[in-house]
Amino acid sequence: MTDTAISIDGVSKRFRINQDRQSSLKERAIGFGRPKRGHKDFWALRDIDLDIREGETVGLLGHNGSGKSTLLKCVGGILAPTMGEIRVRGRIASLLELGAGFHPDLTGRENVFLNASILGMSRSDIATRFDDIVAFAELEQFIDEQVKHYSSGMYVRLGFAVAINVEPDVLLVDEVLSVGDEAFQQKCLERVRGFQRDGRTIIFVSHAADLVRRICDRVMVLDHGESVAVDDPASAILIFREHIHGGLSLDEDQVLNHGHVVTNQVRIEEVRASWPGSEDHGTIAPGQPLSIAVRYACDEPIDDIVFAMEMRNIDDVNVYSCNTDVLEQEVERVDGGGWVTFEIPALDLVDGQYLVDVGCHTHDVITEYDFVHEAARVTVVGSGSVGGVANLGAKVTHSPAG
Amino acid sequence: MAASEPPVLVVAPDRSVVDRIRALWRYRELLVGLVRKELKVKYKDSSLGFMWSLLNPAMYLAVFYVVFQIILGSGIPFFAVYLLAGLLAWNLFNGSVTGATGSIVGNGSLVNKVYFPREILPLAVVGANLVHFFLQTMVLLAGLAIMRYDVALEYLWLTVPALVVLLVLASALAILFSALNVYARDLQHLLELVMLAWFWMTPIVYSWSLPAEQLSERGLPTGVTLLNPIVPIVIALQRGIWGDDGFVNPDGVLVQVLPDGGPLWYLRNLAVVGAISLALLVIAMKVFGRLEANFAEEL
Repeated sequence: MTDTAISIDGVSKRFRINQDRQSSLKERAIGFGRPKRGHKDFWALRDIDLDIREGETVGLLGHNGSGKSTLLKCVGGILAPTMGEIRVRGRIASLLELGAGFHPDLTGRENVFLNASILGMSRSDIATRFDDIVAFAELEQFIDEQVKHYSSGMYVRLGFAVAINVEPDVLLVDEVLSVGDEAFQQKCLERVRGFQRDGRTIIFVSHAADLVRRICDRVMVLDHGESVAVDDPASAILIFREHIHGGLSLDEDQVLNHGHVVTNQVRIEEVRASWPGSEDHGTIAPGQPLSIAVRYACDEPIDDIVFAMEMRNIDDVNVYSCNTDVLEQEVERVDGGGWVTFEIPALDLVDGQYLVDVGCHTHDVITEYDFVHEAARVTVVGSGSVGGVANLGAKVTHSPAG
Repeated sequence: MAASEPPVLVVAPDRSVVDRIRALWRYRELLVGLVRKELKVKYKDSSLGFMWSLLNPAMYLAVFYVVFQIILGSGIPFFAVYLLAGLLAWNLFNGSVTGATGSIVGNGSLVNKVYFPREILPLAVVGANLVHFFLQTMVLLAGLAIMRYDVALEYLWLTVPALVVLLVLASALAILFSALNVYARDLQHLLELVMLAWFWMTPIVYSWSLPAEQLSERGLPTGVTLLNPIVPIVIALQRGIWGDDGFVNPDGVLVQVLPDGGPLWYLRNLAVVGAISLALLVIAMKVFGRLEANFAEEL
């Protein structure tokens, strides 16, 4: 058994745009025998190949009309490709169709059962999860009301609660994070992250490059139905922006910073790397303590903030990354300015140059306040000629047999 | 996650019928759910609820009884039993096929958004009509029990294969027309006319022997009546439930109502229609598979 969750093999999709659509028998009968007026062929997808491993999150990036949603619909089995084949292992659910198939005359309870079975759940599964679904949607009091009496918010909540409780092996997400209010987007994103932790496969469609970068392991860039690149998010986004986008379209208060869209609500003013004797010489010996001190400033108080640092070696390999959340030193609130200091007790790295990136963002990583690329450089000298990244400090002994 | 092998969805231009049937089987619970929905939605907010499904044949019974028994004087004893034996089956067939024809178009929003085997939609209509049929049949059977009606046991079992064949034929047409209707929307209206003609071409309110005699007088074989695929089904049901092939009128003359063949003669006809219906079902699923690829665009 392979660990391929989705294999897309030479998939093309042609749409026929009829100049005169004949969708009634009369029109067909009258039109019969006449030379067919031209229909235009439009290839929404051309020869797409992509294998997605289990547990991988793959982004489809492209502007409107690039074919990304068509591809997603093909994977979801809603459209059949004109050529090629797609195989999907496991149960699919999509966060693109919240409440699809809700019938207004049925109660919330009846619709939960119907909707979940449309999404491929068995009746007994639904019964065991029913309370979770209702609780998540916060509709305990209204669950036996007809859905037509629901507000649109209640409707979406119920649809979402069903979709995420389907326990899919493969999750399709289509621009869902761009609809609904902020709290709802938050809930969606949290859930997506939860699915990632559970090792489920996700296809994520968006034209919001920044979101794609934060969520995806790999990204396919689509342009006019063709795959332009399949690469890691950073490279793919670069290709997307340079090749296709032509220019940048950012909100007025956002700026682009090494591929990161930042709001500058909190600004990183200064980053200082220091170690014992760092004033005297510019290099650090392996095993010495290192501290990275970050000075920030902000104009208004912010209470949703995480500071993060990442250390990379010269080959761009992530050597170490952490943030105030994972270190369990949550920053409750920032107001005005201050320092955040990361203390590394012993820098056990082999000789070489290391680059430090520093950033700050919200807990959900949706909004990035600031990001400083190569905020500091640390040069390690002294471990000799051992190779690799981590200085594990091996000792060697030799005991000849006799 | 379930320990069992996860299902594999294959999305390709043309999938085999076996593949399609397998997918249908996996979604059998959805079929049940949709049938339930059809029934619930139909009688939601109606105070009589399921009673309506019984009032419809009751009304037909009253009208046809007055017209055929009293005004035209067909003379068939236990005319109500004879009539319902054919009429309930016809209602099942007619309701399934005409209802299913609009099922894909009517569920456009669903078809556009979620994957599931699309054949489920027409089949759910067939299923809902089958539930109605059983309810109505219960009433008929209760009536027969109260009357202590004398059924012919050696023919009664024919009702089972007749019903199976009817369901296969109805499903085949339901699947075929539901797909065609996406591309030619007024198929629905055309079909209503065709079904009306078909009903009167079938010996339900009159006896089979009337057209058979007309054929004989013109030197044609009576078997021509069996070319209408519903006829072998209907006469098998009538023979099984009404129980005889003729009656003796007040003048002491034997009046033929149904063909005088044995049970196996009836069964043979059913087998022929059954085989044709099965072939039609396979063709319908193939056509459906071809057309399905563009449902989402056409809707």
